[in-house]
Amino acid sequence: MRYMMLIHHDEAALAAAPQKELWADYAAFNEALAKAGLSGGERLEPSAKSTIVRTGDGRAEILDGPYADTREQFAGYFFVDVPSLEEAVAWARRCPSSRFGTIEVRPVHEPRPGN
Amino acid sequence: MSHADEAARAAERVARESYGRLVAFLAARTRDVAGAEDALGEAFAAALRLWPRDGVPDNPDAWLLTVARRRQTDSLRRRQTRHAGEDHLQLIADEIEAAAEDGDALPDRRLSLMFACAHPAIERGMRAPLILQTILGLTAIDIAAAFLIPPATMGQRLVRAKARIREAGIPFAVPDKEELPGRLEAVLDAIYAAYTKGWNELGEAATPELADEAIWLARLVASLLPEEPEAKGMLSLMLYTTSRNPARRGPGGAFVPLDQQDTALWERELIVLAESLLREASAAGPSGRYQLEAAIQSAHVARRLGGANTWPAIVALYDHLLRLTNSPVIVLNRAVAIAELEGPEVALAAIAPLAEDRRMADYQPYWAARGHLMARAGRKDEAHEAFSVAIGLTTDPAVRHYLQGQLARLADG
Repeated sequence: MRYMMLIHHDEAALAAAPQKELWADYAAFNEALAKAGLSGGERLEPSAKSTIVRTGDGRAEILDGPYADTREQFAGYFFVDVPSLEEAVAWARRCPSSRFGTIEVRPVHEPRPGN
Repeated sequence: MSHADEAARAAERVARESYGRLVAFLAARTRDVAGAEDALGEAFAAALRLWPRDGVPDNPDAWLLTVARRRQTDSLRRRQTRHAGEDHLQLIADEIEAAAEDGDALPDRRLSLMFACAHPAIERGMRAPLILQTILGLTAIDIAAAFLIPPATMGQRLVRAKARIREAGIPFAVPDKEELPGRLEAVLDAIYAAYTKGWNELGEAATPELADEAIWLARLVASLLPEEPEAKGMLSLMLYTTSRNPARRGPGGAFVPLDQQDTALWERELIVLAESLLREASAAGPSGRYQLEAAIQSAHVARRLGGANTWPAIVALYDHLLRLTNSPVIVLNRAVAIAELEGPEVALAAIAPLAEDRRMADYQPYWAARGHLMARAGRKDEAHEAFSVAIGLTTDPAVRHYLQGQLARLADG
Protein backbone atom coordinates (compact mmCIF):
# COMPACT_ATOMS: atom_id res chain seq x y z
CA MET A 1 0.00 0.00 0.00
CA ARG A 2 1.21 3.48 -0.81
CA TYR A 3 0.63 6.12 1.83
CA MET A 4 1.21 9.83 1.65
CA MET A 5 2.45 11.09 4.98
CA LEU A 6 1.17 14.62 5.41
CA ILE A 7 3.08 16.64 7.96
CA HIS A 8 1.24 19.30 9.94
CA HIS A 9 3.47 21.42 12.15
CA ASP A 10 2.85 23.56 15.15
CA GLU A 11 5.10 26.24 13.65
CA ALA A 12 5.70 27.95 17.01
CA ALA A 13 6.74 24.68 18.73
CA LEU A 14 9.02 23.85 15.81
CA ALA A 15 10.68 27.27 15.90
CA ALA A 16 11.25 26.91 19.66
CA ALA A 17 12.98 23.52 19.31
CA PRO A 18 16.80 23.26 19.33
CA GLN A 19 17.42 23.58 15.57
CA LYS A 20 20.75 21.78 15.29
CA GLU A 21 19.44 18.63 17.03
CA LEU A 22 16.16 18.78 15.13
CA TRP A 23 17.77 18.82 11.70
CA ALA A 24 20.33 16.19 12.74
CA ASP A 25 17.39 13.96 13.70
CA TYR A 26 15.78 14.75 10.36
CA ALA A 27 18.95 13.79 8.50
CA ALA A 28 19.00 10.48 10.42
CA PHE A 29 15.33 9.90 9.62
CA ASN A 30 15.89 10.55 5.90
CA GLU A 31 18.88 8.19 5.94
CA ALA A 32 16.71 5.47 7.50
CA LEU A 33 13.98 6.08 4.90
CA ALA A 34 16.51 5.82 2.09
CA LYS A 35 18.00 2.59 3.50
CA ALA A 36 14.51 1.10 3.51
CA GLY A 37 14.18 2.06 -0.15
CA LEU A 38 11.52 4.69 0.51
CA SER A 39 11.41 8.09 -1.07
CA GLY A 40 12.22 11.27 0.75
CA GLY A 41 9.64 14.03 0.63
CA GLU A 42 9.60 17.78 0.45
CA ARG A 43 9.65 20.41 3.13
CA LEU A 44 7.47 23.46 2.46
CA GLU A 45 8.08 27.12 3.31
CA PRO A 46 6.06 28.45 6.30
CA SER A 47 2.31 28.76 5.79
CA ALA A 48 2.46 32.58 5.82
CA LYS A 49 4.19 32.38 2.42
CA SER A 50 1.31 30.57 0.74
CA THR A 51 -1.15 32.09 -1.72
CA ILE A 52 -4.78 31.04 -1.85
CA VAL A 53 -6.62 30.77 -5.18
CA ARG A 54 -10.35 30.11 -5.70
CA THR A 55 -12.48 30.37 -8.85
CA GLY A 56 -15.70 28.99 -7.34
CA ASP A 57 -18.30 31.44 -8.64
CA GLY A 58 -16.59 32.04 -11.97
CA ARG A 59 -14.49 34.82 -10.51
CA ALA A 60 -10.88 34.49 -9.46
CA GLU A 61 -10.23 35.26 -5.81
CA ILE A 62 -6.57 35.53 -4.81
CA LEU A 63 -5.68 35.83 -1.11
CA ASP A 64 -2.66 35.73 1.17
CA GLY A 65 -2.09 32.54 3.18
CA PRO A 66 -2.25 30.76 5.44
CA TYR A 67 -5.07 28.65 4.04
CA ALA A 68 -6.60 27.79 7.41
CA ASP A 69 -6.41 29.65 10.69
CA THR A 70 -5.31 26.65 12.78
CA ARG A 71 -2.53 26.00 15.27
CA GLU A 72 -1.03 23.31 13.02
CA GLN A 73 -0.20 24.03 9.41
CA PHE A 74 0.55 21.76 6.48
CA ALA A 75 4.34 21.73 6.27
CA GLY A 76 5.49 18.91 3.98
CA TYR A 77 5.10 15.29 3.03
CA PHE A 78 6.81 12.03 2.23
CA PHE A 79 5.66 8.72 0.77
CA VAL A 80 5.97 5.19 2.08
CA ASP A 81 5.13 2.00 0.20
CA VAL A 82 4.60 -0.70 2.84
CA PRO A 83 2.53 -3.88 3.25
CA SER A 84 0.24 -2.61 6.01
CA LEU A 85 -1.05 0.35 7.97
CA GLU A 86 1.06 -0.79 10.97
CA GLU A 87 4.29 -0.15 9.06
CA ALA A 88 3.06 3.22 7.83
CA VAL A 89 2.21 4.19 11.42
CA ALA A 90 5.68 3.04 12.51
CA TRP A 91 7.26 5.43 9.97
CA ALA A 92 4.98 8.24 11.12
CA ARG A 93 6.12 7.71 14.71
CA ARG A 94 9.78 7.79 13.65
CA CYS A 95 9.37 11.08 11.76
CA PRO A 96 10.81 13.89 13.93
CA SER A 97 7.87 16.12 12.90
CA SER A 98 5.54 13.88 14.91
CA ARG A 99 7.06 15.52 18.00
CA PHE A 100 6.09 19.00 16.77
CA GLY A 101 2.66 18.39 15.34
CA THR A 102 0.73 15.71 13.53
CA ILE A 103 1.46 13.20 10.79
CA GLU A 104 -1.58 12.31 8.72
CA VAL A 105 -1.22 8.81 7.24
CA ARG A 106 -3.34 8.81 4.10
CA PRO A 107 -3.64 5.93 1.60
CA VAL A 108 -2.99 6.94 -2.01
CA HIS A 109 -5.98 6.20 -4.24
CA GLU A 110 -5.07 3.37 -6.57
CA PRO A 111 -7.43 3.28 -9.58
CA ARG A 112 -8.73 -0.23 -10.10
CA PRO A 113 -8.22 -1.73 -13.57
CA GLY A 114 -11.19 -0.94 -15.77
CA ASN A 115 -12.12 2.27 -13.97
CA MET B 1 1.27 1.03 44.25
CA SER B 2 -0.87 1.97 47.24
CA HIS B 3 -2.85 -0.55 49.23
CA ALA B 4 -6.13 0.68 47.74
CA ASP B 5 -4.71 0.47 44.20
CA GLU B 6 -3.56 -3.07 44.86
CA ALA B 7 -6.99 -4.07 46.13
CA ALA B 8 -8.62 -2.46 43.11
CA ARG B 9 -6.22 -4.25 40.75
CA ALA B 10 -6.91 -7.58 42.50
CA ALA B 11 -10.66 -7.03 42.10
CA GLU B 12 -10.18 -6.24 38.42
CA ARG B 13 -8.14 -9.44 38.09
CA VAL B 14 -10.97 -11.53 39.54
CA ALA B 15 -13.47 -9.86 37.21
CA ARG B 16 -11.30 -10.63 34.16
CA GLU B 17 -10.74 -14.19 35.36
CA SER B 18 -14.44 -14.83 35.78
CA TYR B 19 -15.44 -13.06 32.58
CA GLY B 20 -12.86 -14.97 30.52
CA ARG B 21 -14.01 -18.29 31.94
CA LEU B 22 -17.69 -17.55 31.20
CA VAL B 23 -16.97 -16.27 27.68
CA ALA B 24 -14.80 -19.30 26.95
CA PHE B 25 -17.44 -21.67 28.28
CA LEU B 26 -20.16 -20.12 26.13
CA ALA B 27 -18.03 -19.77 23.03
CA ALA B 28 -16.90 -23.39 23.25
CA ARG B 29 -20.54 -24.46 23.27
CA THR B 30 -21.96 -22.07 20.69
CA ARG B 31 -18.89 -21.14 18.58
CA ASP B 32 -20.28 -17.65 18.82
CA VAL B 33 -17.51 -15.60 20.43
CA ALA B 34 -19.11 -12.23 19.68
CA GLY B 35 -22.47 -13.45 21.03
CA ALA B 36 -20.84 -14.67 24.25
CA GLU B 37 -19.13 -11.29 24.69
CA ASP B 38 -22.40 -9.45 24.00
CA ALA B 39 -24.29 -11.51 26.55
CA LEU B 40 -21.77 -10.80 29.31
CA GLY B 41 -20.30 -7.44 28.29
CA GLU B 42 -22.54 -5.13 30.29
CA ALA B 43 -22.29 -7.24 33.43
CA PHE B 44 -18.50 -7.31 33.08
CA ALA B 45 -18.36 -3.52 32.70
CA ALA B 46 -20.44 -3.23 35.89
CA ALA B 47 -18.07 -5.61 37.70
CA LEU B 48 -15.03 -3.56 36.64
CA ARG B 49 -16.78 -0.49 38.02
CA LEU B 50 -18.22 -1.93 41.26
CA TRP B 51 -15.88 -4.65 42.52
CA PRO B 52 -12.80 -2.47 43.05
CA ARG B 53 -15.00 -0.14 45.14
CA ASP B 54 -17.35 -2.53 46.97
CA GLY B 55 -15.21 -5.66 47.07
CA VAL B 56 -15.40 -8.92 45.15
CA PRO B 57 -18.62 -10.95 45.61
CA ASP B 58 -18.42 -14.44 47.14
CA ASN B 59 -19.29 -16.11 43.86
CA PRO B 60 -18.01 -13.92 41.00
CA ASP B 61 -19.33 -16.20 38.23
CA ALA B 62 -22.85 -16.22 39.70
CA TRP B 63 -22.77 -12.43 40.20
CA LEU B 64 -21.80 -11.80 36.56
CA LEU B 65 -24.43 -14.22 35.33
CA THR B 66 -27.22 -12.76 37.48
CA VAL B 67 -26.46 -9.21 36.36
CA ALA B 68 -26.16 -10.33 32.73
CA ARG B 69 -29.57 -12.03 32.86
CA ARG B 70 -31.22 -9.06 34.53
CA ARG B 71 -29.86 -6.72 31.84
CA GLN B 72 -31.01 -9.12 29.18
CA THR B 73 -34.54 -9.24 30.59
CA ASP B 74 -34.64 -5.44 30.78
CA SER B 75 -33.56 -5.03 27.19
CA LEU B 76 -36.02 -7.69 26.02
CA ARG B 77 -38.85 -5.84 27.71
CA ARG B 78 -37.78 -2.65 26.01
CA ARG B 79 -37.37 -4.07 22.56
CA GLN B 80 -39.84 -6.95 22.64
CA THR B 81 -37.50 -9.07 20.56
CA ARG B 82 -35.86 -12.35 21.27
CA HIS B 83 -32.15 -12.32 21.62
CA ALA B 84 -29.64 -15.11 21.16
CA GLY B 85 -27.94 -13.92 24.35
CA GLU B 86 -30.87 -15.21 26.40
CA ASP B 87 -30.21 -18.79 25.29
CA HIS B 88 -26.50 -18.33 25.93
CA LEU B 89 -27.14 -17.22 29.48
CA GLN B 90 -29.68 -19.96 30.17
CA LEU B 91 -27.14 -22.53 28.97
CA ILE B 92 -24.44 -21.32 31.30
CA ALA B 93 -26.87 -20.95 34.24
CA ASP B 94 -27.90 -24.59 33.89
CA GLU B 95 -24.28 -25.66 33.73
CA ILE B 96 -23.29 -23.65 36.81
CA GLU B 97 -26.24 -25.15 38.71
CA ALA B 98 -25.32 -28.69 37.66
CA ALA B 99 -21.70 -28.10 38.60
CA ALA B 100 -22.72 -26.73 42.01
CA GLU B 101 -24.87 -29.81 42.71
CA ASP B 102 -21.94 -32.09 41.98
CA GLY B 103 -19.62 -29.89 43.99
CA ASP B 104 -17.53 -29.09 40.89
CA ALA B 105 -16.41 -25.81 39.39
CA LEU B 106 -17.50 -24.67 35.95
CA PRO B 107 -15.20 -26.41 33.44
CA ASP B 108 -12.38 -24.10 32.33
CA ARG B 109 -12.47 -23.81 28.52
CA ARG B 110 -10.08 -20.88 28.26
CA LEU B 111 -7.33 -23.03 26.83
CA SER B 112 -9.67 -24.25 24.08
CA LEU B 113 -10.63 -20.67 23.32
CA MET B 114 -6.95 -19.68 23.09
CA PHE B 115 -6.31 -22.48 20.62
CA ALA B 116 -9.28 -21.25 18.55
CA CYS B 117 -7.93 -17.66 18.61
CA ALA B 118 -4.45 -18.81 17.52
CA HIS B 119 -5.74 -21.22 14.87
CA PRO B 120 -3.79 -21.25 11.57
CA ALA B 121 -6.93 -19.93 9.80
CA ILE B 122 -6.69 -16.71 11.84
CA GLU B 123 -4.34 -14.07 10.51
CA ARG B 124 -1.12 -14.15 12.58
CA GLY B 125 -1.24 -10.50 13.59
CA MET B 126 -4.79 -10.84 14.96
CA ARG B 127 -4.14 -13.81 17.26
CA ALA B 128 -2.76 -11.79 20.18
CA PRO B 129 -5.50 -9.11 19.99
CA LEU B 130 -8.18 -11.84 19.91
CA ILE B 131 -6.75 -13.58 22.98
CA LEU B 132 -6.46 -10.28 24.86
CA GLN B 133 -10.08 -9.46 24.10
CA THR B 134 -11.75 -12.83 24.67
CA ILE B 135 -9.72 -14.14 27.63
CA LEU B 136 -9.01 -10.88 29.43
CA GLY B 137 -11.91 -8.74 28.28
CA LEU B 138 -9.68 -5.88 27.06
CA THR B 139 -11.57 -3.40 24.89
CA ALA B 140 -10.79 -2.80 21.22
CA ILE B 141 -9.72 0.71 22.25
CA ASP B 142 -7.15 -0.60 24.77
CA ILE B 143 -5.85 -3.19 22.31
CA ALA B 144 -5.64 -0.63 19.51
CA ALA B 145 -3.62 1.67 21.76
CA ALA B 146 -1.23 -1.17 22.62
CA PHE B 147 -0.82 -2.30 19.01
CA LEU B 148 -0.60 1.26 17.68
CA ILE B 149 -3.39 1.21 15.14
CA PRO B 150 -6.60 3.27 15.07
CA PRO B 151 -9.40 1.99 17.36
CA ALA B 152 -12.02 1.66 14.59
CA THR B 153 -9.59 -0.36 12.44
CA MET B 154 -8.82 -2.69 15.36
CA GLY B 155 -12.54 -3.03 16.12
CA GLN B 156 -13.31 -4.05 12.53
CA ARG B 157 -10.45 -6.55 12.47
CA LEU B 158 -11.62 -8.15 15.73
CA VAL B 159 -15.18 -8.46 14.43
CA ARG B 160 -13.91 -10.05 11.20
CA ALA B 161 -11.65 -12.47 13.06
CA LYS B 162 -14.52 -13.62 15.30
CA ALA B 163 -16.76 -14.12 12.27
CA ARG B 164 -13.95 -16.15 10.74
CA ILE B 165 -13.84 -18.44 13.80
CA ARG B 166 -17.49 -19.26 13.27
CA GLU B 167 -17.51 -19.44 9.48
CA ALA B 168 -14.36 -21.52 9.16
CA GLY B 169 -15.70 -23.96 11.75
CA ILE B 170 -12.60 -23.57 13.88
CA PRO B 171 -12.76 -26.15 16.69
CA PHE B 172 -12.76 -25.09 20.34
CA ALA B 173 -10.53 -27.84 21.61
CA VAL B 174 -7.05 -28.55 22.84
CA PRO B 175 -5.38 -30.33 19.89
CA ASP B 176 -4.40 -33.96 20.32
CA LYS B 177 -0.87 -35.08 21.03
CA GLU B 178 0.50 -35.14 17.47
CA GLU B 179 -0.83 -31.71 16.63
CA LEU B 180 -0.21 -30.06 19.98
CA PRO B 181 3.40 -28.82 19.67
CA GLY B 182 2.84 -26.80 16.49
CA ARG B 183 -0.48 -25.40 17.61
CA LEU B 184 0.83 -24.56 21.08
CA GLU B 185 3.67 -22.65 19.47
CA ALA B 186 1.10 -20.35 17.79
CA VAL B 187 -0.61 -19.71 21.15
CA LEU B 188 2.71 -18.99 22.84
CA ASP B 189 3.87 -16.76 19.97
CA ALA B 190 0.69 -14.68 20.24
CA ILE B 191 1.13 -14.20 23.98
CA TYR B 192 4.82 -13.45 23.56
CA ALA B 193 4.01 -10.86 20.86
CA ALA B 194 1.78 -9.07 23.37
CA TYR B 195 4.57 -9.27 25.96
CA THR B 196 7.26 -7.77 23.72
CA LYS B 197 4.89 -4.98 22.66
CA GLY B 198 4.48 -4.07 26.32
CA TRP B 199 8.15 -4.58 27.16
CA ASN B 200 9.56 -2.54 24.28
CA GLU B 201 7.27 0.41 24.79
CA LEU B 202 8.70 1.12 28.22
CA GLY B 203 8.53 4.87 27.84
CA GLU B 204 5.09 4.96 26.27
CA ALA B 205 1.99 5.70 28.29
CA ALA B 206 -0.32 3.55 26.16
CA THR B 207 0.93 0.13 27.22
CA PRO B 208 2.03 0.10 30.86
CA GLU B 209 0.11 -3.06 31.72
CA LEU B 210 0.27 -5.10 28.53
CA ALA B 211 3.42 -6.98 29.60
CA ASP B 212 1.76 -7.83 32.92
CA GLU B 213 -1.34 -9.12 31.15
CA ALA B 214 0.83 -11.25 28.86
CA ILE B 215 2.67 -12.72 31.86
CA TRP B 216 -0.68 -13.49 33.42
CA LEU B 217 -1.73 -15.33 30.23
CA ALA B 218 1.59 -17.20 30.17
CA ARG B 219 1.01 -18.33 33.78
CA LEU B 220 -2.48 -19.46 32.81
CA VAL B 221 -1.21 -21.56 29.88
CA ALA B 222 1.63 -23.03 31.96
CA SER B 223 -0.83 -23.98 34.72
CA LEU B 224 -3.39 -25.47 32.31
CA LEU B 225 -0.71 -27.41 30.38
CA PRO B 226 1.72 -28.41 33.15
CA GLU B 227 3.30 -31.14 30.98
CA GLU B 228 4.43 -28.74 28.25
CA PRO B 229 8.03 -27.55 28.72
CA GLU B 230 7.78 -24.73 26.17
CA ALA B 231 4.95 -23.04 28.11
CA LYS B 232 7.20 -23.01 31.19
CA GLY B 233 10.15 -21.92 29.06
CA MET B 234 8.27 -18.90 27.75
CA LEU B 235 7.07 -17.86 31.20
CA SER B 236 10.64 -18.23 32.46
CA LEU B 237 11.95 -16.03 29.62
CA MET B 238 9.38 -13.34 30.39
CA LEU B 239 10.22 -13.36 34.10
CA TYR B 240 13.97 -13.06 33.42
CA THR B 241 13.52 -9.98 31.25
CA THR B 242 10.89 -8.47 33.55
CA SER B 243 13.25 -8.84 36.52
CA ARG B 244 15.50 -6.22 34.90
CA ASN B 245 12.77 -3.60 34.46
CA PRO B 246 13.81 -1.44 37.44
CA ALA B 247 17.38 -1.24 36.04
CA ARG B 248 16.57 -0.41 32.41
CA ARG B 249 16.31 3.34 32.99
CA GLY B 250 18.76 5.47 34.94
CA PRO B 251 18.47 8.94 36.47
CA GLY B 252 16.31 11.23 34.33
CA GLY B 253 14.91 8.23 32.46
CA ALA B 254 18.17 7.53 30.56
CA PHE B 255 18.49 4.22 28.73
CA VAL B 256 20.87 1.76 30.43
CA PRO B 257 22.20 -1.19 28.35
CA LEU B 258 22.27 -4.65 29.95
CA ASP B 259 25.99 -4.66 30.73
CA GLN B 260 25.82 -1.33 32.56
CA GLN B 261 22.71 -2.12 34.60
CA ASP B 262 22.94 -2.01 38.38
CA THR B 263 22.23 -5.65 39.18
CA ALA B 264 21.23 -4.68 42.73
CA LEU B 265 18.05 -3.33 41.12
CA TRP B 266 17.17 -6.64 39.44
CA GLU B 267 14.18 -8.33 41.05
CA ARG B 268 15.64 -11.43 42.69
CA GLU B 269 12.29 -13.07 43.40
CA LEU B 270 11.46 -13.11 39.69
CA ILE B 271 14.91 -14.47 38.82
CA VAL B 272 14.53 -17.31 41.34
CA LEU B 273 11.12 -18.15 39.90
CA ALA B 274 12.47 -17.99 36.33
CA GLU B 275 15.36 -20.31 37.24
CA SER B 276 13.08 -22.89 38.79
CA LEU B 277 10.68 -22.82 35.83
CA LEU B 278 13.58 -23.26 33.43
CA ARG B 279 14.87 -26.24 35.45
CA GLU B 280 11.43 -27.84 35.38
CA ALA B 281 11.14 -27.21 31.65
CA SER B 282 14.57 -28.69 30.86
CA ALA B 283 13.80 -31.75 32.96
CA ALA B 284 10.50 -32.29 31.16
CA GLY B 285 11.59 -32.52 27.57
CA PRO B 286 13.46 -31.35 24.49
CA SER B 287 14.50 -27.73 24.23
CA GLY B 288 12.37 -25.48 22.11
CA ARG B 289 12.84 -21.86 21.17
CA TYR B 290 11.55 -20.36 24.41
CA GLN B 291 13.57 -22.69 26.66
CA LEU B 292 16.73 -21.81 24.72
CA GLU B 293 16.06 -18.09 24.98
CA ALA B 294 15.35 -18.45 28.70
CA ALA B 295 18.63 -20.39 29.06
CA ILE B 296 20.45 -17.47 27.37
CA GLN B 297 18.92 -15.10 29.91
CA SER B 298 20.00 -17.46 32.68
CA ALA B 299 23.55 -17.32 31.33
CA HIS B 300 23.45 -13.50 31.35
CA VAL B 301 22.32 -13.63 34.98
CA ALA B 302 25.20 -16.00 35.88
CA ARG B 303 27.61 -13.68 34.05
CA ARG B 304 26.46 -10.45 35.67
CA LEU B 305 25.64 -11.80 39.15
CA GLY B 306 28.17 -14.62 39.48
CA GLY B 307 30.99 -13.11 37.42
CA ALA B 308 31.34 -16.30 35.36
CA ASN B 309 32.37 -16.05 31.72
CA THR B 310 29.27 -17.56 30.16
CA TRP B 311 29.80 -16.11 26.66
CA PRO B 312 30.83 -19.51 25.20
CA ALA B 313 27.61 -21.03 26.57
CA ILE B 314 25.60 -18.12 25.17
CA VAL B 315 27.10 -18.57 21.69
CA ALA B 316 26.43 -22.33 21.86
CA LEU B 317 22.79 -21.67 22.80
CA TYR B 318 22.44 -19.24 19.88
CA ASP B 319 23.93 -21.88 17.55
CA HIS B 320 21.23 -24.26 18.69
CA LEU B 321 18.50 -21.60 18.25
CA LEU B 322 19.76 -20.78 14.79
CA ARG B 323 19.42 -24.41 13.70
CA LEU B 324 15.87 -24.34 15.06
CA THR B 325 14.62 -21.05 13.61
CA ASN B 326 17.02 -19.76 10.95
CA SER B 327 15.95 -16.23 11.90
CA PRO B 328 17.98 -13.10 11.00
CA VAL B 329 17.28 -11.76 14.50
CA ILE B 330 19.09 -14.78 15.98
CA VAL B 331 21.99 -14.29 13.54
CA LEU B 332 22.26 -10.73 14.83
CA ASN B 333 22.08 -11.61 18.54
CA ARG B 334 24.53 -14.46 18.07
CA ALA B 335 26.98 -12.07 16.40
CA VAL B 336 26.80 -9.67 19.35
CA ALA B 337 27.77 -12.57 21.64
CA ILE B 338 30.55 -13.65 19.25
CA ALA B 339 32.05 -10.17 19.46
CA GLU B 340 32.66 -10.80 23.17
CA LEU B 341 34.63 -13.97 22.40
CA GLU B 342 36.35 -13.32 19.09
CA GLY B 343 36.19 -9.57 18.60
CA PRO B 344 34.14 -7.21 16.46
CA GLU B 345 35.56 -8.16 13.03
CA VAL B 346 34.46 -11.80 13.37
CA ALA B 347 31.04 -10.57 14.52
CA LEU B 348 30.80 -8.18 11.56
CA ALA B 349 31.62 -11.05 9.19
CA ALA B 350 28.80 -13.03 10.82
CA ILE B 351 26.23 -10.29 10.14
CA ALA B 352 27.51 -9.48 6.63
CA PRO B 353 24.75 -11.57 4.96
CA LEU B 354 22.10 -9.51 6.81
CA ALA B 355 23.00 -6.42 4.77
CA GLU B 356 21.15 -8.04 1.85
CA ASP B 357 18.12 -8.98 3.98
CA ARG B 358 15.21 -6.61 3.28
CA ARG B 359 13.72 -7.40 6.70
CA MET B 360 16.73 -5.74 8.35
CA ALA B 361 16.40 -2.46 6.44
CA ASP B 362 14.03 -0.91 9.01
CA TYR B 363 14.93 -3.15 11.97
CA GLN B 364 16.34 -0.74 14.56
CA PRO B 365 18.28 -3.33 16.64
CA TYR B 366 20.24 -4.37 13.52
CA TRP B 367 21.49 -0.84 12.86
CA ALA B 368 22.22 -0.15 16.53
CA ALA B 369 24.22 -3.40 16.90
CA ARG B 370 26.00 -2.76 13.61
CA GLY B 371 26.95 0.71 14.85
CA HIS B 372 28.40 -0.69 18.08
CA LEU B 373 30.40 -3.39 16.27
CA MET B 374 31.74 -0.93 13.67
CA ALA B 375 32.73 1.51 16.42
CA ARG B 376 34.55 -1.23 18.33
CA ALA B 377 36.34 -2.22 15.13
CA GLY B 378 37.44 1.39 14.64
CA ARG B 379 35.50 1.72 11.38
CA LYS B 380 34.20 5.20 12.14
CA ASP B 381 32.45 6.09 8.88
CA GLU B 382 30.46 2.90 8.82
CA ALA B 383 29.69 3.25 12.54
CA HIS B 384 28.47 6.80 11.88
CA GLU B 385 26.17 5.65 9.10
CA ALA B 386 24.75 2.74 11.13
CA PHE B 387 24.13 4.86 14.25
CA SER B 388 22.43 7.53 12.10
CA VAL B 389 20.03 5.01 10.58
CA ALA B 390 19.39 3.52 14.05
CA ILE B 391 18.55 7.00 15.38
CA GLY B 392 16.22 7.57 12.44
CA LEU B 393 14.40 4.31 13.25
CA THR B 394 14.10 4.87 17.00
CA THR B 395 10.81 5.99 18.54
CA ASP B 396 11.82 5.75 22.21
CA PRO B 397 13.35 9.13 23.25
CA ALA B 398 15.62 7.49 25.89
CA VAL B 399 17.11 5.10 23.35
CA ARG B 400 17.47 7.88 20.78
CA HIS B 401 19.33 10.01 23.29
CA TYR B 402 21.64 7.10 24.13
CA LEU B 403 22.44 6.51 20.44
CA GLN B 404 23.07 10.22 19.89
CA GLY B 405 25.64 9.94 22.70
CA GLN B 406 27.31 6.98 20.92
CA LEU B 407 27.42 9.00 17.70
CA ALA B 408 28.99 11.99 19.48
CA ARG B 409 31.63 9.71 21.05
CA LEU B 410 32.75 8.63 17.57
CA ALA B 411 33.62 12.21 16.72
CA ASP B 412 35.43 12.74 20.05
CA GLY B 413 37.41 9.49 20.14
